[in-house]
Amino acid sequence: MSYSEKLLEHYENPRNVGALDKFDQNVGTGLVGAPACGDVMKLQIKVGKDGIIEDAKFKTFGCGSAIASSSLATEWIKGKTIGEAETIRNTDIAQHLSLPPVKIHCSVLAEDAIKAAIKDYREKNGAAASPEAAKAK
Amino acid sequence: MSLELKTNIPDMNGQGASARGSNAPKLPIYLDYQATTPCDPRVVEAMLPYFTEKFGNPHSRNHPYGWEAEEAVEKARAQVASIIGADEREVIFTSGATESNNLAIKGVMRFHKDKRNHMITTVTEHKCVLDSARHMEMEGVDVTYLPVQQNGLIDLERLKAAITPKTALVSIMAVNNEIGVIQPLAEIGKICREHHVYFHTDAAQAVGKIPLDVNAMNIDLLSISGHKIYGPKGIGALYVRRKPRVRLEALIHGGGQERGFRSGTLPTPLCVGLGEAAAIAQREMGAEAERLRFLRNRLLDGITKALPEVYVNGDLEQRIPGNLNISFAYVEGEGLMMGIKNLSVSSGSACTSASLEPSYVLRALGVEEELAHTSIRFGLGRFTTEQEIDYAVEQVVSAVKRLRELSPLWEMAQEGIDIKSIEWSGH
Repeated sequence: MSYSEKLLEHYENPRNVGALDKFDQNVGTGLVGAPACGDVMKLQIKVGKDGIIEDAKFKTFGCGSAIASSSLATEWIKGKTIGEAETIRNTDIAQHLSLPPVKIHCSVLAEDAIKAAIKDYREKNGAAASPEAAKAK
Repeated sequence: MSLELKTNIPDMNGQGASARGSNAPKLPIYLDYQATTPCDPRVVEAMLPYFTEKFGNPHSRNHPYGWEAEEAVEKARAQVASIIGADEREVIFTSGATESNNLAIKGVMRFHKDKRNHMITTVTEHKCVLDSARHMEMEGVDVTYLPVQQNGLIDLERLKAAITPKTALVSIMAVNNEIGVIQPLAEIGKICREHHVYFHTDAAQAVGKIPLDVNAMNIDLLSISGHKIYGPKGIGALYVRRKPRVRLEALIHGGGQERGFRSGTLPTPLCVGLGEAAAIAQREMGAEAERLRFLRNRLLDGITKALPEVYVNGDLEQRIPGNLNISFAYVEGEGLMMGIKNLSVSSGSACTSASLEPSYVLRALGVEEELAHTSIRFGLGRFTTEQEIDYAVEQVVSAVKRLRELSPLWEMAQEGIDIKSIEWSGH
């Protein structure tokens, strides 16, 4: 299987590898996939008072496409509002990295990871961080 | 030597790196000798005349072109017979081990199924054995698929218990292609003979690696592959015992070549190549095994000294020396392969296929799915050098360390979180 330059670059030099304090009120953590399926992504966001994602970190167990997809996802969501981050679609990730058809599920997982991190952040922060409140801003 | 092969084969003795006067091995390094092997240059040299000046049809009986080709084919047949302790009249040339396995299983079962419609095989066989068995099920044959123990070997008591008066055939591989473990062939053969059941063994990964003797081991049918023993692709053989005679039905009909078991003009150059490969393997097996065991241990030691939580899959003692199958916990196999791109290896993680299912062989050993996804098969062979192994160790260790730093599962393990306690979403 041949991979795109962009994918290989993300695999060789992944962005935003690491962990944020999962107990921090401003941090949302998403953990998706399963070890038995060969892919697990952990994606974390740190959200500022203005609702902007100040920082994002990830760790991924998986193939090169999964690592590159999650690296790209953190790169894209940093500096965006939660609402904007939610609009990122797996197809955007797949297209950017030119994922081969059998690897599309890696981009799906990355989208799920973003959503799971946002969901966790909202659950921690209650109504103030709800989608409705975000829209009202 | 007149041949110059444009490969990265250092030389025939595996001493190439020193000859090149450099410690840097040529990349990429081939460590997938269970998938296939390069033709030994001596094999190619033996084959070449039979493509051009000695091109006769070995079945042409009435002129020297035919006689010359026939002589070469019969010499090759004797060379193949010799490496398994057989008589040359018991060797049938085929297109490879897949065809040999198909012929053995379908041929025997179709001949005998009216009276005895049961066969026994194991769950870790090569796909061509399993698929042939499945196919026979569709033709009304009952098949017992024996499980294997955690070390990859069958339980002889379970084999005995599975044999019934209806059993015609036991088909158990000599050496597993993924984990390299050697089944107890002599013991299996003894049990089969006592119960008057034919014993077929797929020996594609065993010939030239371990001593085989069809008489001492009571083997009735044995499959051989050319390209696994430094011979050409597209040729193999099936040993079919004459005394007591094994009866089987042919799959390919035509001119009645190969005692009627396999019609079709024999590919003289390929037969010669297989014969030469067998002869070389027989001569050099002992020294080669010793050299490979040294290199395999060097690889294993180098890895285990530098990395915790690596697990060897399959029995390490009852194993061919050229195979090492390791799970690197918390690092997915395909992701790891991308990190060691200068090493040509295989992974038991099936993320490369559409199925997403990890290796059925590892699963049969009871290796958990998450560990099966982290496995890498290293296949060492005739042209592997010490420099290559040292380079491989270095690459593997640094890639695993890097990917573990990237792995959420490794992080959890370090924090003392049991990953089995988590409710995974899956996808």
